This record gives sequence, C-alpha cells and structure tokens, in this order.
Amino acid sequence: MKAVITVIGKDRVGIISMVSAECSAHNVNVIDINQTVLDGYFTMIMVVEISEINTSFSAFADLLAQKGKAAALDIRVMHEDIFNAMHRI
Amino acid sequence: MINTQDILQTIKMIREENLDIRTVTMGISLFDCISDDPARLEAKIYDKITTKARDLVRVCEELEHTYGIPIVNKRISVTPISYVGAGLSPAGFVRLAETLERAASVLGVNFIGGFSALVQKGATKGAEALIEAIPEALSVTDHICSSINVASTKAGINMDAVKRMGEIIKMTAKRTKDRDSIGCAKLVVFANIPEDNPFMAGAMHGFGEPDTVINVGVSGPGVVAAAIKEAGDCDFSTLADTVKNIAFKITRVGQLIAKEAARRLNTPYGIVDLSLAPTPAAGDSVAEILENMGLACTGTHGTTAALALLNDAVKKGGAMASSHVGGLSGAFIPVSEDRGMIDAVKAGVLSLEKLEAMTAVCSVGLDMIAIPGDTSAATISGIIADEISIGVINTKTTAVRVIPVIGKGVGEDVEFGGLLGHAPIMPVRDASCERFVARGGRIPAPIHSLKN
Repeated sequence: MKAVITVIGKDRVGIISMVSAECSAHNVNVIDINQTVLDGYFTMIMVVEISEINTSFSAFADLLAQKGKAAALDIRVMHEDIFNAMHRI
Repeated sequence: MINTQDILQTIKMIREENLDIRTVTMGISLFDCISDDPARLEAKIYDKITTKARDLVRVCEELEHTYGIPIVNKRISVTPISYVGAGLSPAGFVRLAETLERAASVLGVNFIGGFSALVQKGATKGAEALIEAIPEALSVTDHICSSINVASTKAGINMDAVKRMGEIIKMTAKRTKDRDSIGCAKLVVFANIPEDNPFMAGAMHGFGEPDTVINVGVSGPGVVAAAIKEAGDCDFSTLADTVKNIAFKITRVGQLIAKEAARRLNTPYGIVDLSLAPTPAAGDSVAEILENMGLACTGTHGTTAALALLNDAVKKGGAMASSHVGGLSGAFIPVSEDRGMIDAVKAGVLSLEKLEAMTAVCSVGLDMIAIPGDTSAATISGIIADEISIGVINTKTTAVRVIPVIGKGVGEDVEFGGLLGHAPIMPVRDASCERFVARGGRIPAPIHSLKN
C-alpha cells in the first residue's frame, strides 16, 4: 500500500530531511522522491510504502501536516488510490 | 507510478479550486419501525438511525484523512416519514421531527432528510397530517429537511397540493420570521423526485432502496471553472471535451469515496450524484463557470445555452467515471449559495424568469431564492406550478425552494449563514394568479408522442 506525500512552500534547508526523519520514525519506506519549482513554490513529491506503518494513517498525516504548518509548509499525505482513481481509466 | 503532473493537478484542485466531496449520505429504511404506538414508533426510529449510522461521521473523517479530500457534509436520508407515521396527528408528526433531530444531534450529522410525502396524485391522511405539521416541525428543529413531491410525468400535477404548499411555505416563513424565515430553506417542493438523492433539502430514502445504502454527492464548480479558464477561447467541441475530462476526474473521486465508505460501513454502495454543487465561497461558483465560457454576467443572453452545454458535458464525463449514477446529477443553481449568482442578481442581470428558463436544461429548479415577505401564498403556488410544469412536461426532476422573507422586501438582503449563504430579495410579479391556483384538482399527465 502506497501513499503520496506532497510538500509545497518556500524552499529552505532541511525539508527532505525533516520529512524523511518522520517516515523513518514511523516505519514508512521512501520509494521515490521528486522535486520541482512550480509557480514560484518549492514542490516535493515523495512516494512511500505504508504497509508496515507503526501508527495510524490519520495520525501520521496529522503529524506531518502539523510539522509542515510550523515550518510554513503545506504537507499532505494522501493514499495513492485517489490519484489512481482520478488519473487512470 | 503516478506521474508528477497528475499528482500536482489533484493537489491544486483541492488546495486552490475547492474540490471536495459535498456529501456522504446514508439512506436508512424506517419501514421496520412502524408501530401503532407513537412512543414505540419514536423509540424504534431513534434506535435504528443511531445504530445504523453510528459510525458514519467517524468513517467519513477517516476517509478525509486517508485521501486528503474534505467531505463537507455527512447526512442521512430516511423513508418518507408520512408513510412511517401514517395514522399520526400533525402533533405526532412534529414529535417525529423532534425524534429525528435528537438522532441528528447525537450522531453529529449535518442533516436528516425525509420529512417527506409523495402526493402527486393525491394525499393520504398521513401525508395531509405531515404537510400540516411542516411549519412547526421546521421551526422547532434545525437539522431536519422536508420535501413534498406534488407532480410526476406519469401522474400529472396535483394542483391541490401545489396550492397547499404555497400556504405551507408562507406559514413556515412566518413561524421562523425571527430567523429570516430560514424554515423555508429546509423545505422543497418537487416534480419527479428521485429516490436516491443525497443532496438536501430533497434527500429521501425511496421505496426501491435496500435497508441501508451509501450515496455520494460530488462537487467541484471551482475545478471546472479553472479548467475552462485555462482552455481559453477554444471552440465548443473543445469546451465540451474540457468539461467532460474534468467531470470524469471529479466523479472518480466521488466513486472512490462512495465505494470505500460503503465498504467500511458494511453498507451497500448506491449511487454517485454527479451534481456540480456551488458554495458561497469565492471560486466555488457555477455562475463563474458560465462567465468563464464568455458571458459578461450570468443571466444575460446565452446563459441557458452555456448551462445546457455544461450540464450535458458533466453528465457525459461523470457517467463514464462511475458504475452507478443517480440522484439529481446536474449543475445546481441555488442563488444564495453561489457568489456569482448573487452578484448577477444584484447587477440586475439575472431574473427569476431567466432562472426558470435555466432549470429547463439543468438540475434542479428554483433553488434558494429569497422573495418579498408579503408575497401571497397564491403567488408562491403559481411559482411552484410553473416550475413543476417544466419538470413534468420534460420528464425531468424540478423543484422549488423559495424563501418569502417576512418583514423584508426587494432591495434588501438576507443572511442564512454557512453553506446556505446570503441572498438579495428578488422581485415577483404583482398580478394575481389566485383564480387559476384556486381551481383545484389535477393537471393531467402529458402525452409522450407528438413532441414539439
């Protein structure tokens, strides 16, 4: 089971490190990272494996959203199925 | 692997274009609650609703977290109460409304719909008593919605019921006059009412439905408006394709949520309703879509055509995205709930007559329209009769939800709050239709050949 973590905001030192540290702490394996600048915003997309996650999906998503908010970043964790549903026939 | 652009498009829709799931609605049959003892009936209804929908809000919140998309409303629809409570007095029906209200409060749902009756050919004693109870029931509750079906293409129009509903709307307005007649925002009069509609105020759990069911209403006017803006001055074929493509994506999210909610609640999945439902928020407006198509203001010439294209393309895109489509499925044009519509009325471009024409090509009818508080019951019945005729003749659902705001007139505004929004009071015609409405009886069902 995979999830997609997206980080949108102003670029700064340590964003990937912060998100990766939380993934590691919760037994979430990072499969792919992609980053780009879109409309002036730093955008990072991380695909992660969440089958072995050691907390609830909601708690993990909330934690990253809060960490993001504290750093003026919009961080979302979303189950991959929403993207598959929307963009695959 | 999902590609980056697709991921970013989804995030943009949710972050900037107000994409959300408008409602997850659980339909619950109350037929097995019927009892000849009113206290037992109330207890069984309360127990069934609070048992079956016990996890509705929790599961919806889990889904919001898992998929990262807001689910704005969690609602319940029930078997039309006029049948469940047949034999009760009007006071008994008011008590049933209060029972439903208690269930809504304890569950934390936004609305329960189904304080309803179907009287297209005539009213049973139960239906008559429920209709009589509406003004009080809607004044003593906050989360109960009422709908009355007064006509169908097969039965024609029950003009006695149309006349009665004009009076009931007026009485409901008076009973809630200290709150800008908000009772009328929870009351809708239908032709060809659908049995699986997840949207309020017209949701009910129909006769052919399973014991419980999950129906989902999607949203996304902001997403469609943004896609049309991005497509620029393309030709109509490209415009329709743009709407279809985006409607497909929106509906697929609805389908995902519907199936997952049904699975987690151990309840059959019913339908996805393809409606584009606006909110008063900026960038969540159906009027904005029409204006992005090239109209300077909604309500001007070309509006009906633009809306027809939009409605049809949404259905085409949505139908492919979902295994079961139902409910109202079309673009909604509730005036008070759509910032662009409000602006168009204020600019003097969008009139009641144009709104009526627009409802011939879209879902669902004259919706959330504030009219002067001194409008007569007969005039309201005339407005209902006109709108209902469009539905009956064209074999489609139409409805009327007008609010005669007691103590206010044209030029004034009314604030309903929240998703119900605010509205400028629109003028109605002064000339009387009282003699016409007072005739009584039924307008016969239309013929279905000789189409012109």
